[in-house]
Parts: sequence; structure tokens; C-alpha cells
Amino acid sequence: MDLAALAPTPLEMEALGLSLRVSLWAVAGSLPVGILTALVLARRRFPGKTLVNGLVHLPLILPPVVVGYLLLVLLGRRGVVGAWLHDWFGVTVAFTWKGAAIAAAVMAFPLMVRAIRLSIEGVDRRLEDAARTLGAGPLRIFATVTLPLILPGILTGTILAFARSVGEFGATITFVSNIPGETRTLPLALFTQTQVPGGEAAALRLVVISVVLAMAAVVLSEVLARRVARHGADP
Amino acid sequence: MLEVAIEKRLGDFRLDAAFTAGGRLTALFGRSGSGKTSVVNALAGLSRPDAGRIALDGRVLFDSVAGVHVPARRRRVGYVFQDARLFPHLTVRGNLAYGMKLVPPAERRLDFDAVVDLLGLGALLGRHPRTLSGGEAQRVAIGRALLASPRLLLMDEPLASLDAPRKQEILPLIERLRDQVEMPIVYVSHSLDEVIRLADTMVLLSDGAVVASGGVEELMSRLDLRPLTGRYEAGAVIGATVAEPDAGYGLTRLAFHGHSLHVPRLDLPAGTGLRVRIRARDVALSLQAPTGISILNVFPGTVAAIEAAEDGPQVDVLVDVGTPLVARITRRSLTELGLAVGRPVHALVKAVAIDRHNLGWRGTARR
Repeated sequence: MDLAALAPTPLEMEALGLSLRVSLWAVAGSLPVGILTALVLARRRFPGKTLVNGLVHLPLILPPVVVGYLLLVLLGRRGVVGAWLHDWFGVTVAFTWKGAAIAAAVMAFPLMVRAIRLSIEGVDRRLEDAARTLGAGPLRIFATVTLPLILPGILTGTILAFARSVGEFGATITFVSNIPGETRTLPLALFTQTQVPGGEAAALRLVVISVVLAMAAVVLSEVLARRVARHGADP
Repeated sequence: MLEVAIEKRLGDFRLDAAFTAGGRLTALFGRSGSGKTSVVNALAGLSRPDAGRIALDGRVLFDSVAGVHVPARRRRVGYVFQDARLFPHLTVRGNLAYGMKLVPPAERRLDFDAVVDLLGLGALLGRHPRTLSGGEAQRVAIGRALLASPRLLLMDEPLASLDAPRKQEILPLIERLRDQVEMPIVYVSHSLDEVIRLADTMVLLSDGAVVASGGVEELMSRLDLRPLTGRYEAGAVIGATVAEPDAGYGLTRLAFHGHSLHVPRLDLPAGTGLRVRIRARDVALSLQAPTGISILNVFPGTVAAIEAAEDGPQVDVLVDVGTPLVARITRRSLTELGLAVGRPVHALVKAVAIDRHNLGWRGTARR
């Protein structure tokens, strides 16, 4: 057996690289918003909270195709927001990898918020009271007490969101289509191979790449979680 | 001087407490649910009273009429919680420094190393809170509060969750703190032992209201407060000084109100001020000055009051020997001796009844 044949082909590398880029941007971009949303949902009481909570969870229960279509309507070149982005900033997201990242971020958002919100609700607020009596203001308390304590939750939320982003298919193909080198991520590449007669071998190789990527993410998260635990956050 | 007059409604519970405290260590004493923690939370600024005023050394912290509510972080009121509440993600050093770093160096009243020495924390600095024992954690919590340079230190039952040996480890530290650090302390407790040992003034809380406040000796001798100070623990607290550290036979002679009180040997220099609790069940009464008995401490006085429970076998007799003492005797003895208010009696106290738990240092308290 030719060992060189095991090495990923340029096309496979392209799909892998694209998947990583899309997912990392999706997670990095949505993390600050996710933490803020989780904080608001865990700590604040306001009219319409149920509605906001429902909206955040919508991508989890809607068919991905519906989410993709809604994104197209909103962010497409002629969409309400998309036209504005195009006219004022010259930015186009529809049918680009940026759009794929947005689709992935939206689909992963509920999972991220859920994990972070749970960890915020687990924080002993009396520790924050103690910090107040020691002279700390709200921002300092968040940075020095709350944030370190919810780090494990943020980590979990990030990994979940990343995994969800790598696997995103329905919303992506609906919103940004299946363009080689631009929006054809691993799942889309795999789907493409299954549509081609005789593509089974190529599909299998993509499956292996997907599994390796997923395993790497899990191992990395374990290592990080252990490091966080060693440094004393939440026993 | 701490001035407090606050009202707050919490569900069915109504807090309406007013008192002033000027001593080094003021005890807030009362049963659980009497509103002690509500008061200290209001002092710290962690909860906001519905109405009233709180002022510390003339600085208004809360005034509902003037619309003043200084936020907790600007009050400079230190708080030692019952459960220590150390930050689990920081080392002992990080916990200690947390509040200190927020105080401008010029305003820091205590040196980091001095506090570490005072509380014996040197060996713990690199440890994480979850590896500390309850007593160690509480010591770190005290140090953390001190290093934030507070103008007032609140301690909410800091010993309540500790076992007896750990309590004995922390009590001397609080005494040292009281005597060596110029910082008024408000100490919440439901343990009379702790109050007598530590406090010079006390505020007695019941059902959200201040029943009485004043000197510990004075309040502890009032018969009308006995339902609150506890029947079993009933007794008088007298202020005494060490007159003769070595009075022979392993005894120390204390002086109070012209009387001598012999107690088991104390390693204290003459002139040391002490608070001594004499439990009612350790005091017997006699009509004549007794002879030929083993009891060393005999104090002539008069019956000041008689408090009989509904139909129990015991009565508590308040005897004025210059300062009040309480004797718990049987109802039968009361009848047989024909005791009545105004009658001269001799109060008898066994020397061995007074041990370390019944003594409190008055230190150099301003009196």
C-alpha cells in the first residue's frame, strides 16, 4: 500500500482548512456575545425575558434550512441588513466563507449560551458580596471573581460550539451554497462526494478527517479542563 | 462610635433595631433568627434598610431621609463571614491581597507581613482554600478583611461552624486583634461564652428588635433579660482585677467591689482586668456567715429580686453584693430559708467552678 496515498489531497486540505477557519471565527466572534447573553439570562430580570430566551434557543429547534433561509433573507445582498452592509461597508457575506461562519455561529449559539449560563447560575454570589466588602466594583468583581469561576463553563460552551460549527450543514448550504474553496467545508465536501458516482472512497477519507478533527478537539478540551481545574477554579 | 437605627421588612420578619456602640468589641447577641445577620448586612451595605440611619464615627453610611446609601465597596467596613467565603480560585496570598490591592498605599493601615504574623498565616500563603481546615480558612478570612484597612470590622459568628479545638485556636487571635489593632469590632454571636470572653459592650436582639444594650456585666446581671440570655447559662458577669496572682495553694485572688474571689491559678500579672462569669448554679445561699465549710468565696449581700418560674423546682435569686450575683436554688430552700427581697444573705461560690471558659480579658479597654 502506498503510504503517500494516505496523505490528504489538496482538495481535502482546502475543506479542512476552511472548516477550521469558519469554526474558529464562528466561536471567537460569538463568545463575547454568548457570555453577555448568558449573564443577562442568568442574572437579570426584565420584561420579555422569556421571548429573548426563546429567540436564543430558536436555532436549536428550527430546521437548519429555515435558519439558513432566514439568514439569506436578512443578510443576502438584497436582504434588509445585507444591503446596508454592502452599501456602507462594502461587505458581502452571502455566498462567502464569512457567511458560513455566521451560519455556524448562529447554529452553535444556543449550545454556547446554555453551558455558560449554567455555570454562571452555579457561582456562589456570596463570593461576589465578599468582594464588594473588600472594595471591588462590579467590573472588577466580574473579571476577578465571576469570570475565573465560570471558566470551566466557558470552556465547555466553546468546545460544544466549535463541534457544532464544524458539523454545520443545513443552514450553511442554504445561506452560502456549496462553493469549492469558499464555502465547501468538510460536511459539504462529504455531501458532494456522496452525490458523485464512485465517490465512496473519497467520502470515507473525509469521514476519517472529520473523526480525527473531532477527537483532537475533545482531547484538547480535556487537557484545558484539567489545567483549569488544577488552577483551582470550581472544584 | 457606631450609630445605628434601621428598619427593614423581610417577608414576615420585621427588623427595627437601634443602638450605639463605642467599645472596642461590641457583641450582637441573640438567638438564631433574631436579626443579627440582617443588622450586619445593613452595616456592610450588602442590604439596604427600608428606613433609618447608619453612621460610623460621624460619617453617614446610610440615611433614608437624606437619600444616602454608600455602596458596600466604598464603606470600608470589613466583613468576616461565618463560612469564611474565601475565593476558591486564588491562593491564600491572593485572597489576603485582594482587598489590600484596592486600597491606595498611603491609606493602608496594616502591613501585609504584620497581619500574616498576627494570624500565623506564614505557612499557608501558597495553599488553595479547599486544602485549608475550617480554622485556617477563618484565619485567612480575618486577615483578608483586615488588610482591606476597614474602619469597622464585622464578624458574623466566625466560630459557629468550627469544632471546639478550632474555636480555642481562633479565640485568642480575636482577643489579640481587639487589644492590638485600633479597629472597632462588631461581633455577632449566639454563644454567651464568646460574648463574655470577648466583648465589653453588648446589644441584645430578639425578634428583630434591640431589647437592651450596654455593658456586658450590667446586662448579664439583669433578671428581666434572663429569658433571652438563657436559663441554663444564667449567671452574673462581674468585672474584676487580678489582686494576687499567687495566693498560695495554686490559687489566684481576684478583687471586685471590695471582695476577694479565689479562682484556680491564672498566669496573669497583678492588675489585669478580667470579666468573670459566675453561673447561677454555682452559687449557694446561706442566712448566716458559714463556718467549717470548704467554700472559699463568701460574699455578704441582700436579696435584690426573686425570679420564680411558673412551677418549676428552681428559683433564681438576685443578690446584691455591691454588684449583682445570681443564685439558682430550689423552691424548697427558698421557702425554708424564708428568703424575701431586702433580706441579708451570704452568697457562696465554689472556687473550682470558675474556669477559663468563664473568664474574659478586659485588656486595656477604655472604661
